[in-house]
Amino acid sequence: MSNERPFDAPCDHDDASQPSPSDPASRAPADVKRRRFLQSAAAAAALGAAPHLHAQNAPPTTAAPEAPPPAPARPVRLEINGREYVLHIEPRVTLLDALRDYAGLTGTKKGCDRGQCGACTVLVEGRRINSCLTLAVMHEGERITTVEGLAGATDLSPVQRAFIERDAFQCGFCTPGQLCSATACLSEFAAGTASAATADVRTRPAQLSDAEIRERMSGNICRCGAYVNIVAAVRDAHAAGA
Amino acid sequence: MDAISYQRAADINGAIAAAQRPGAVFIGGGTNLLDLMKGGITHPVTLIDITRIAALDRIETLPDGGLRIGALVRNSDAANHALVRTRYPLLSQALLAGASPQLRNMATVGGNLMQRTRCQYFYDTAFAQCNKRSPGSGCAAIGGFNRMHAILGASAQCVAVNPSDMSVALAALDATVQVSGPRGARAIAFTAFHRLPGDQPHFDTTLQSGQLITSVDLPPPMFSDHAHYLKVRDRASYAFALVSVASALQLDGRHIRTVRIALGGVAHRPWRASVAEQLLAGRTLSAATLREAAAAELAQARPLNGNAFKVGLAQRAIVRATMLAAGPYGAAGSPTGDFA
Repeated sequence: MSNERPFDAPCDHDDASQPSPSDPASRAPADVKRRRFLQSAAAAAALGAAPHLHAQNAPPTTAAPEAPPPAPARPVRLEINGREYVLHIEPRVTLLDALRDYAGLTGTKKGCDRGQCGACTVLVEGRRINSCLTLAVMHEGERITTVEGLAGATDLSPVQRAFIERDAFQCGFCTPGQLCSATACLSEFAAGTASAATADVRTRPAQLSDAEIRERMSGNICRCGAYVNIVAAVRDAHAAGA
Repeated sequence: MDAISYQRAADINGAIAAAQRPGAVFIGGGTNLLDLMKGGITHPVTLIDITRIAALDRIETLPDGGLRIGALVRNSDAANHALVRTRYPLLSQALLAGASPQLRNMATVGGNLMQRTRCQYFYDTAFAQCNKRSPGSGCAAIGGFNRMHAILGASAQCVAVNPSDMSVALAALDATVQVSGPRGARAIAFTAFHRLPGDQPHFDTTLQSGQLITSVDLPPPMFSDHAHYLKVRDRASYAFALVSVASALQLDGRHIRTVRIALGGVAHRPWRASVAEQLLAGRTLSAATLREAAAAELAQARPLNGNAFKVGLAQRAIVRATMLAAGPYGAAGSPTGDFA
């Protein structure tokens, strides 16, 4: 979808509110600059290719009933990992693209971009969702936690520590989504929610069995197949009271 | 995704007024709509965001003892509401069998009713033939890869199935869909909400343009003791049903006082198994009786070249789901015997 961004839309991080010098997010300038250069280069490449691709892909039988009116970028205020961001974005920008391409928080990954893999999982008001299937503008004023916001000031979160301890990943691409999902999975279980693995939904599930963990984590696909260790990590984090 | 304009509705009347413009579409959870937009299947001009309408985000008891679930209640909240879990466990089970925790946290009850088929030919615009996407273009599924498709109630124009789990339970529970539109409010019986394809497969439901679903109403609970939702699919979780069954019973011992059975994954709408229900009402529960009723229901099946297996699968699923719904009364019938 980033290829389809209109050419006049802002596409680097200057539209995020400027972090203060003491803010941890403003450290590592070399990395950020390098990433920004790469994004600009990619955007320039996309500019040349996009109109041609779009014309080729447009199916003649599914034309819009009328041309959509122009939808200018508008400021959208989001509280991401405890910081306020005002992003200037079009309504069609997904929360995933807003986080990665406008707020510069690339920890959240784009896997399928169609709600089938869970790599883009973030927490909105504490609830896990697929950020690829929701529009950023719909979350105006809401609190969003990405993988960058799970750790405390000095320590990783219990779920993050358990994933490292259990080697619960291989390539790591699905890991940010797994971590956010596992964090919510544990709070949902603590709140007494049922799942499809719960024997009787009329009662609170007695314990977070491995079957419960597998069912409750089934929205996050791991192509490396690290599931055994992911289940162990979630089990450990639960036992540690995360 | 095409450029869109966006408007946030403050209340029900504002949403309905905004929806009268050409190309305006309501957006709730967006889990299916944005997927369809990304795939170039749906081209809304304006999205009317209804997610801030607080009046639609409530679960409340009705004067007759029933339950009203607001259209904006998230699937996860509906599934885990104490009154749904204890009085309508069939609905909780069906909701929890659908999608993933993340998607259930986004998807709304009203949006679940409106989700489109998952037919691969509908989703892939590389295939020109799809009467649902492009009326009159034909159906690529009938002669194509149709393992997931309909065995009941299909037409020569469309063999797509409705993908919802929630709707299968709502069909069995005889729910009512409340809608509001420019000409006022009306109630639609659940089994009249979704359509069979006939020669107009581009219409999934009887909802009219510009109408907004406001709630799903459940009658007073009758099946909190004996109900089961069984979903058979290619993997254990996070997959659409090959066949699913919502079965609900009122029992006097082993005597069947009332029975409701609905099937998912087999038709263009949740399939109420009325033939089987009529055969079972008043009978004594047994595996043999259930097999007979399930066979009678599926006698009307017309499988395609790739999905004949669903005919037997649906029969076994009816037997098993109903035995599990019966609990201890079904145990003697050994649901894990012939029909495991």
